[in-house]
Amino acid sequence: MKKYLPLGLFLLIVILLWRGLGLHPNLIPSPLINKPVPTSRSVFLGQVTLLNVFASWCEACAEEQGFLNQLAKNNKVRIIGFNYKDTPLKAKAWLKQYGNPYQNIMVDSKGETAIDWGIYGTPETFVIDKKGIIRYKVLGAISPDLWEETLGPLILKLESETL
Amino acid sequence: MRRLLMIFLILLPLITYAAEDSYQFQTKEDQARFSALTGELRCLVCQNETLAASNAVLASDLRGQIYQKMIQGKTDKEIVDYLVERYGNFILYRPPLHLTTVGLWFGPFLLLILSIGYLLYYVRKNQREKR
Repeated sequence: MKKYLPLGLFLLIVILLWRGLGLHPNLIPSPLINKPVPTSRSVFLGQVTLLNVFASWCEACAEEQGFLNQLAKNNKVRIIGFNYKDTPLKAKAWLKQYGNPYQNIMVDSKGETAIDWGIYGTPETFVIDKKGIIRYKVLGAISPDLWEETLGPLILKLESETL
Repeated sequence: MRRLLMIFLILLPLITYAAEDSYQFQTKEDQARFSALTGELRCLVCQNETLAASNAVLASDLRGQIYQKMIQGKTDKEIVDYLVERYGNFILYRPPLHLTTVGLWFGPFLLLILSIGYLLYYVRKNQREKR
């Protein structure tokens, strides 16, 4: 019994460290979940919305854009863009190249509004309900899998909520 | 020549340490407050760096915000609360004492006491067996 104690401890540490490898410390939960949107409230009232943070300098955004275009084309959900630390000229050229799924775009060229939203990278996407309450936040690109498993069902649920 | 190079290399880390932008304060106290605040807060992009040390664009933006708030006469607590409201406790290098952070604060001490206890027990037992 005693002989196995060090081995047991060692295995415990291995398991803990192994688990640690699978965690993502760069994904920081937002304290804004279940709180009203910090700016432009009136824009979000009455309709479930995805607010997608993008920039022309962001490579992952370009990869994500194809899927967002599909969502917009199939009328799955209203998508509003949040152009982060960009210039209008570059953003316009970028949207021409990769497609524009946005019904509307908030522009934050200096990255000041972004701080109010707790944005710290791109892409990030907020799911906002009809009352303008933030209900979910995606860090990184939206994948078809994430849509099927999480976002799609969540949006259906939010659509069914009454104002 | 070689010695000179050595001295230069030893001093090099001191030169590259801070990423502070040139924010001007009226008093030395305010300058110190700014350094203390940005040294207590974590950069969210490169997470093992403080806001003071990080070169990330976001860190620079947040330093700008902290500077603005200080000029507006906000207290340290108001500034920290402002950032925690938006980025969560993660931005604090010293998280507040909560039910969920009790283990984080006291776990290491508990582990230390337990190990010392076990060590004492083990040593005494060995001594007894020798006699």
